[in-house]
This record gives sequence, structure tokens and C-alpha cells, in this order.
Amino acid sequence: MREVDVSRIKEAVKQACGEMAVYCSSDILEKLKERRDAETGRRSKIAMEMLVENAELAAGENIPICQDTGLVTVYVTLGQEVHLAGGSLKEAIQQGVREGYTENFLRASVVKDPLFDRSNTKDNTPAVIYTEIADGEEVKIELTAKGFGSENMSRIAMLKPAEGLDGVKKFVIDTIRLAGPNACPPMIVGVGIGGTFDYSAVLSKKALLRPMKEYNPDPQYKALEEELEREADQLKIGAMGLHGNTTVLKVSILSAPTHIAGLPCAVNICCHACRHREIVL
Amino acid sequence: MRSVTLPMDEATAKSLRAGEAVLLSGTVYTARDAAHKKMHECIRNGEPLPFEIRDASVYYVGPTPAKPGTAIGSAGPTTSSRMDAYTPELLDLGLRTMIGKGRRSEAVKEAIQRNHAVYFVCCGGAGALLSHAVQEREMLAWPELLSEAVTKLTVKDFPCFVGIDSLGNDIYEMEDEE
Repeated sequence: MREVDVSRIKEAVKQACGEMAVYCSSDILEKLKERRDAETGRRSKIAMEMLVENAELAAGENIPICQDTGLVTVYVTLGQEVHLAGGSLKEAIQQGVREGYTENFLRASVVKDPLFDRSNTKDNTPAVIYTEIADGEEVKIELTAKGFGSENMSRIAMLKPAEGLDGVKKFVIDTIRLAGPNACPPMIVGVGIGGTFDYSAVLSKKALLRPMKEYNPDPQYKALEEELEREADQLKIGAMGLHGNTTVLKVSILSAPTHIAGLPCAVNICCHACRHREIVL
Repeated sequence: MRSVTLPMDEATAKSLRAGEAVLLSGTVYTARDAAHKKMHECIRNGEPLPFEIRDASVYYVGPTPAKPGTAIGSAGPTTSSRMDAYTPELLDLGLRTMIGKGRRSEAVKEAIQRNHAVYFVCCGGAGALLSHAVQEREMLAWPELLSEAVTKLTVKDFPCFVGIDSLGNDIYEMEDEE
């Protein structure tokens, strides 16, 4: 049995919150530059130039990439040989988010209740926390901090098995089209296929954690990812929605076994500020 | 690129065309979801708005907190369509320009034409860059809303495109030279 003090988790979460708001991942910045150079839309190219300049300026001057520093989602994968000591895991995570956001001048974007008391909690808590037990003695913590400009454009469909591959393609492309300029294109698109109604949505967000240069390990899904990337770019939405050949930077799919009667499909839209970090303790 | 001063009169608003790149300088007021709801309540209750609405410019933004020694934190646009429900009545009261991102409803487009107003779009996700165009920020109303409070900004050379012009032309419906 390995012992891990939850204060280490708090510190790691705090540091990740501060860093991911300010530093655009190097693989995303590289892709942005590549697509900027290839952009043919006049206004879209201006927008792409601004996004690259923005990312460099944010890192250089320690300013958040975007003012919407997001709602934090935390995925904890806890090895079953680990004993957490020193307090509550969930409180340690919330405290890490609290300190990470207030001490780094990030925006408090969370309201207490969605319907009746929309008053700000003032420290960006609570984060959404998912916990999973795994073999071994590692503690893995993955974080995202998604803005809601893109989150609001995400969709889910319970497709019929007969709709199959074409149904999935149509739903993904329709979702990207509907997101259009609202989701701050160029977009990074996470797709969850299979599982249940709720699990497909979880997968679609987890798909956003994948590094830019990696694809689904299954060759059939990889081919689908590449096809969806090409089709999405043919929508000609362009950066900022101002028409151009850049609509998405990446499409990532995660799949899971599902019921004989179902084909759940969730599409989680993200902007280029696809903030995520992985911590292994 | 054309430089435009805010607040803007009707004649200037009428001269702008969708798709045109502009640099805005002058006074803009920040207001997003919660502030629009409160302004709507002010109008309904016959109470004054936090600023003079005639010819005013509203920027849909909820910035990150300013660090010591700076005017504002990251300050890019939020999605304008969430304000659509409240926008026509503000335009009818004299609001001249809005700055945000994304499409607007038909009702907003009609109100823009009816009142000779202009909707500007700026680059979503470029909050660090856009913060450099903000020189001053002053709290005007509802500080408890934090980033959603109504504040007065002084901007210089704030880069935008004309999104919807006074004739109802829409940048998102236009082709672009390739």
C-alpha cells in the first residue's frame, strides 16, 4: 500500500489551473501556425494571425489566453493500492481550484445554482470531479477548463443503429456547422460514440485531452477522424467564422461498447484554447 | 484600416459597411448576461440605466481580474446571441453600437436597421491581445456581479470588423476573397 498525501494533489491542481489558462499547449500553437500559413480566406487569415499573436503574448506577459478561463473538470484515476492521507480528496481538489483561480487572477465563472440562485461562487468552485479506480499504485489527475462559448454549442444524439456510420458523420458535421462563429473557430472537436446517453458525453470531453499529433489507435476510427477533419474544413467556416479553409484543428473520437438497440453520439466542441493538463503522482 | 471614435453618431454608423476592418477608440461599456437582465429590469421599473444609452457602445465581455498595475485582465468577446433577447429594447432607446462575436437574431438585425446602429465583431479567443487596447476601466454598477459588472472602458485602436451594418448586411453571410 502506497500513501499519498492529498496536499500534493491540491498543489498539483492549483499549479495546473494557473498554467493551463495562460500557456497554449505547444502542439496546438504549432498547428495554429501551420493552418494560419495555409489559410486562404482574407479575414480568416487576419483572425488566425491574431490568435497566434495572442497565444505568444499571453505566455510572454502571463495573461490568460482567453477571458473565459472555464469551468474545471477533473478526472481522477486512483490506483487501488494507494491510500490517500491527510484529508478529503474532493476538498483538496476544490481547494486547489480555489487557490489556482484566485491567486492567479483567473475569472470566477461558476454560479451556485443553474436556475434559482445564479450568484457567483467567487472562486470558480465547484469543479466537476470524476473518479475511477484502476489497478496499481499511481494517482493520475487529468484536468480541463472549458469555456462555455464552445461548450454551449455541443450536442448529443441517440442515433438508431441503422443510421450507422453515415448517421454519425452527419451528426458531427451538422454540430460543427451549427456551432459556426459562436464557438470561436478554429475548433477542436471531441466525439464520444457508444456507451450510454451519459457516458458518450463523458467520452466526447475526454477525447479533447488527446495530443494534437495522436489519433485513435483503431485504424477505422483514425480514418473516420481524418475524414471528419476534411469534411469539417469543407464547411469553409474559417477562423472567427469569417469564411476560410480552416474550420477545425482536430477531431478526436473515443468509442465504447454499447447496447444492441443503441448508437449514442456526443459531440463536444472546443475552441483552440483547449486547456488540459495531466498530472501523475 | 479605418479608425472610428466612440461614442458614434448616426451619420458615422450609416457610413460603415459589413466586412470592413476598423479600429475603435473611445468609451465602451461592458455588459453581458447578468447585466443585461438587470438593465432590462431597470427599464421595466422606470429606473435609470447605469450609463447614458444614447449613442453608447456596449462590449459583451467578462474580463479576468486585472493584476496590480494593469487596467484589465484578458478581455475578449463573449457570444452575443445570449444578449439577443434584451438587445432590441436597448437599440430602441438609442444604443448605437455593440461589440461581440457570433450571429445575431432576426429581431436584433431589424432593430439595428430601424435605429441605424452597428454590430462589430472582434476575435474570440484573443483576450490577451485585445486587453492591450484597453487603457482604463472604471466600475459603474453591480460590482457583486464580478466580471459581469457594468464598467466603463477607455479603448484605443481596438481591432474589429463591422459585423452587421445599418442596412442589415451581415459579415457571416458574406463571401470573402480567396
